Amino acid sequence: MNPASPGRRARLFAPATVAVLIASPALAADAVSAGDTAWVLASSALVLLMVPGLALFYAGMVRPKNVLSTLMMSFIAMGVVGVQWVAFGYSLAFGSSGPLIGGLDRLFLAGIGPDAVSGSIPTLAFVVFQGMFAIITPALISGAVVERIRFGAYTLFILLWSILVYDPLAHWVWGDGGWLLEMGALDFAGGTVVHISSGVSALALILVLGKRKGYPTEPFIPHNLTMTLLGAGLLWFGWFGFNAGSALAADGTAVLAFISTNTAAAAAMVTWLVAEQVRFGKPSALGAASGCVAGLVAITPGAGFITPGWAIVVGGVAGVLCFYAVCLKGRLGYDDALDVLGVHGVGGTWGAVATGVFATVGAGSLITGDVRQFGVQLVGVVAAAAYAFGVTWVLAKAIDATLGLRVTPEDELAGLDQAAHGEVGYSL
Amino acid sequence: MKKIEAIIKPFRLDDVKDALKEAGIQGLTAIEVKGFGRQKGHTEHYRGAEYTVDFVPKVKVEVIVTDALAPTAVDAIERAARTGKIGDGKIFVLPVEDAVRIRTGERGEGAL
Repeated sequence: MNPASPGRRARLFAPATVAVLIASPALAADAVSAGDTAWVLASSALVLLMVPGLALFYAGMVRPKNVLSTLMMSFIAMGVVGVQWVAFGYSLAFGSSGPLIGGLDRLFLAGIGPDAVSGSIPTLAFVVFQGMFAIITPALISGAVVERIRFGAYTLFILLWSILVYDPLAHWVWGDGGWLLEMGALDFAGGTVVHISSGVSALALILVLGKRKGYPTEPFIPHNLTMTLLGAGLLWFGWFGFNAGSALAADGTAVLAFISTNTAAAAAMVTWLVAEQVRFGKPSALGAASGCVAGLVAITPGAGFITPGWAIVVGGVAGVLCFYAVCLKGRLGYDDALDVLGVHGVGGTWGAVATGVFATVGAGSLITGDVRQFGVQLVGVVAAAAYAFGVTWVLAKAIDATLGLRVTPEDELAGLDQAAHGEVGYSL
Repeated sequence: MKKIEAIIKPFRLDDVKDALKEAGIQGLTAIEVKGFGRQKGHTEHYRGAEYTVDFVPKVKVEVIVTDALAPTAVDAIERAARTGKIGDGKIFVLPVEDAVRIRTGERGEGAL
């Protein structure tokens, strides 16, 4: 295998390659690597496990009356986006080539049979791996809007958001002919597509949705941080599939991404806790969970391009940066309930920029004297953030005007578990 | 008969229970409660947001005793619950009109 190069993910999987290999099954059979296929399938399962991990991470931070509602907002993405991806999401993101969006040629995965091969793995393995990314990304947004959004409106939102925001962004960065890919933007595992897009979209959505009743004067104390720490642990575990799986092969690049991912998460947890100790005198369990997630987010775009030594810097800065970002929220006055913007938006942006500063493996950056690469990274950040913010804001306004985004004040007071699902998480 | 209500620090409960048993009490009720007195609450930090928690967790011990035993029981609680620091709690003594043992129908001090 070649070392990682910008857009490796997409180049291996250009539809043209698929067509050629489908036409000659004997060649296709030879090209499949059992090891690569096994790793990508295992990675796909790891990324799916991040969704219940995220559900627990978020659910521990809300009040007891909203615990099931918060869990459901992550779980429903496995249903709705899982179907969306196979039906048309994959086609819109990775179908025929164009600068802005894929095509409709792969609707319901048309023409992609078990013998279709892309690179060294069956094309269907690539489809399912990418599908897991499409599922977790809108679920990340839910952290900003918990405890007050209507379940039906939220579900419609994540379906439309996947089509209008996620699928085009995935095409820009990873799809054949995508304009950011052509420009040479580096995004190894989704810093721009997953984290900047979800973080910025969370902000646009809460600007339309509004604050929770009582915020910020009443206390919103996390009801069960043991769930949050378990969720953070599952996220860390699953992130090995997310980042190291993005090599799309069981090779040295995958191993580099694996160790850089672990190192950045470790460094960010330590620096977040140190910042807390300095500012408030106590290192908290919630700080440990938040810090490691911030580090995981930040290393995502550069995991396969950044050496473990520089990953300490990327993660270490992310821990402090995201800590101060979530502290700042109180002063800005918006109610990003579980800090999606502060952790994913800020961490993802730092990660995309840091990739342009510290990439040395298979790509250039500021430290190798490649100023252009740094500039391209900035273009990627600004373009993705502007697009995600604009489209999400319009989408949120449209859903609010038709279905209504927000629950009634009575339902908000009673809790969304009962109001939306007719259940309670805890009963004596 | 007297009812003794004692608000104590949760970690003193076992000592209070043992002291009351030693004083000759047959049974008691303990309830987890929250409240505040001169100790006031404390602050908690979650991702930079500072919340003042006014209500401090305490345990309320309730025990009904004969008039004769009441001073001994109060002394026992006072000794066992004291740490000397703020927030040790309070003991209240109230008169009780009657008591019933549901199983046998006994009344008054015989029901204790």
